[in-house]
Parts: sequence; structure tokens; C-alpha cells
Amino acid sequence: METDKVTIKIPRVLYNNLKEIISDTGFSSVNEFIVYCMRDIAASGKITEDDKLTHDEISLIKQRLKKLGYIE
Amino acid sequence: MVGPHGGKLINRVLKDKAEVLKHENEFEFIKVNTDVIREVENIAFGVYSPLEGFLNKEDFESVLNRKRLANGVPWTIPIVFDLDDKVAEKLTKGQKIFFQYNNKPVALFTIEEKFNFSKDEYASKIYGTTDIKHPGVQRVQNMNNTLVSGKIDLISSSLTEFQNYYLHPKETRVLFKEKGWLDIVAFQTRNVPHLGHEYVQKAALTMSDGLFINPLIGPKKKGDFLDKVIIDAYKTLTNHYYLKNNVVMSILQSTMHYAGPREAIHHSIMRKNFGCTHFIVGRDHAGVGDFYHPFAAHRIFDEFPDLGIIPLFFRSFSRCTKCNAIVNDKICPHPQKYHINFSGTKIRKLLSEGEVPPSDLMRPEVAETIIKEDKIFVE
Ligand SMILES: [Zn+2]
Repeated sequence: METDKVTIKIPRVLYNNLKEIISDTGFSSVNEFIVYCMRDIAASGKITEDDKLTHDEISLIKQRLKKLGYIE
Repeated sequence: MVGPHGGKLINRVLKDKAEVLKHENEFEFIKVNTDVIREVENIAFGVYSPLEGFLNKEDFESVLNRKRLANGVPWTIPIVFDLDDKVAEKLTKGQKIFFQYNNKPVALFTIEEKFNFSKDEYASKIYGTTDIKHPGVQRVQNMNNTLVSGKIDLISSSLTEFQNYYLHPKETRVLFKEKGWLDIVAFQTRNVPHLGHEYVQKAALTMSDGLFINPLIGPKKKGDFLDKVIIDAYKTLTNHYYLKNNVVMSILQSTMHYAGPREAIHHSIMRKNFGCTHFIVGRDHAGVGDFYHPFAAHRIFDEFPDLGIIPLFFRSFSRCTKCNAIVNDKICPHPQKYHINFSGTKIRKLLSEGEVPPSDLMRPEVAETIIKEDKIFVE
């Protein structure tokens, strides 16, 4: 049994609606669709540490953008 | 700001180059061409987020069959590395090799897996045809038989031509934020701009904060406009006819696949990674010949409610002599006989003869810029 996954309960009506929504898409299951959506929400809610640029990185980028005339 | 595709903006540019280059005499080298370098840099700079390397078998098959990576994230064009069987044979899982370009190591490639694939299946699933007249099919048929997957670490960037216009996703994201843009429309192009293009861009820009003009720089066919000509033409157009605060142009180093609908999705994903919220999709986007229905590249978006970037569909644009304006099929009621199409062929012919096209086809400043170039077309 996989121990890195948990079960989440959702109303059956919602489940059936979702099943319909994904019927012509590349999603093979409602589970896959929900995981995708949640991952997307989780990602846009908070940027992971790896993505976050440091103050120095941002100022280096701004310097380059200024040099190239993209910003004043 | 729109999140990167798959949730994480990939950055695989090595911080400690010296550490890796210590192994210069130890790791094997494989010489790669510019096409591979473009893919490598797109992976490393996050244009292809969430990819961290070349696709493995599971992802490759999933992209072919489901238009998604194995984890469900939309992905429609295989990003793969093919290698001669004899060379591939000697490689083992976990082995690190250097990609060599211009006689120096430019990237580190960590071998994950080797696998064979069917070229016919690749062609028919990605391009919808196995017809060798299709340029994408031709490229697939010319590939080696073995694909090698694995992560990429970039040592140094080699694409120095047009460097001043080569912005990476982390840079455009800072730029858009600095400009205070929220709704950002991306425009993909391989052509010099005529008034029809300008109309489409400005129609989209009217409803958003900023326009991101993103010409695709890459291998060209004989008779295509040269990359430099496209960049210069757009520079002139934006200088004269756009507000500086509402437009940004930078290049995308990539290969055209001519995969029509699948490529429209691919083009959108790349622009999402640059930080764009909307993507303009025209008639027969990324098509070639008559391989695709003119609006197949619109319809495919129905399969991707979870794409994370909004397509803006344009079906047509032409000059209507009755409206005395540039119009599209949604806003002009007049019959075809009043419509003058923007003929790329006609514009091309005039420019190649050193003539300025009529000002209701192309801005005179843009035409002058193009004519002044030493060479206009790929020979
Ligand atoms: Zn009209």
C-alpha cells in the first residue's frame, strides 16, 4: 500500500459532475484531474522557495533590463 | 503573476561551473548542433517548465497518446534527444556527459534512460500525418533510432546572436512586474509585421495591460525573412506606432515543428512560462500547406481547461473598403467582394523588388527598414 497518499472524500454529485467535465480531455480519472487542479492552486498560491529570486538576483536582472533599454 | 506551467519555474543553470568543469578530462563529450542547444537552453532557462531535461519513455508516450506528461500536466510536443545507436549503446544510467558546442562543454547531461520509438507513430500522433512532404515528419524520419532521456545542467549560453533581445522567463517576469502589467498578451511570429498583424495585436492590447511580441528565432527555410529583418522591422513598428509602456519585444530561440494544433498549445505553454496570461492564436496557427483545418488550432484548446493561459482566437482579418477599416469576421457585415486580404505573397514580392508596399498594407517606416537591409530573405 502506498503510504505517501491520503484519501479525500468529496460529494458523489460533485464527483459525477467532474467526471462529465473531464470526459473529452486527456485526464484519465477524476483523481488525476483533482490532483492537477490542486497542484496548480497550491503552486500559484505560494511560490516555492526554489523559484523565489533573491534580492541580488532581482537587482542583477533589473540591471540587465536597464542596460538593454527594457526599463528606464 | 501567472504561475509557471506545472507549478515551478525551472532553473537549471549551473551556479558552480568550475566544480563541473573539473571533470572535463573524465566525462565523455557528445557534439551537438544548434537545434539541440536551443532545446537545452529552453530547458535550463525555464521556457519549457516543468521539464528539467529530455523526456523519458513514460512521458514521451504520454505526450504522444494523451497530449500530457505522465503526471497529467498538458504537454503536446515531445522534447527529446536522439542519438546514434552506436554512441547510445555505450551510455549507462546515471552517467554524466558533456554536450559540446563550438568546441567547448556547454551543458551537462545526466543519462536517465534509453529507448526506441516508432517514427511513423511519432509522426502520425504529433503531426497527424506520415506524409514525408510535411517538414516535421521529414525531421522525425531523419532522427536517430534511440532517444535518451535525462536532466540538463547548463554551463554556459551559446546563443549569442541577438543576445540583446534574448530574455529568459525569470527576466520577463521581473520586467512585467516592474511595468505593473497584470493581463499580458503574447504574440508569436515568424514574419515581418503588416497592418493586419498590428490590428490583431492592438485589438488584444486594448483589453489588456501589455503586449509581448515574441518572434521565434530558429532554423529557417529558403525564402523566409531573415531573423534580423524581422527583429528590425518590429523595432521600427513599435518605436513609431506603439506606446513604450505597453509593449515588450524579446525573442524565443526555438524550432518550428509545423505541428498545427499541438504546436499552438506548445506555443501557449512557453508564453505562460514567460509570465503571459493570454496568447493570440490565428488562423492555421503553426500550420503548413493544407495539413490542418484552419481552425484546428483553436478547437484543440477545448481539451485543455487546465492550461493556465487564455487563448485569444482570431479567425480572420482584412481591409474592408466599405467599413474603410481593418476588420474581422465578427465585426464587419459586408460581403467578401469588399474585402482586401493582406497578401503575404504580394508584400514579399514588392519588398524583394525594393519597393515600398502601399501604406494600407504595411507601415512605410517598416517597409523602409526592411528595404534598407543588405539581405531580406534566407537564400
Ligand atoms: Zn465592412
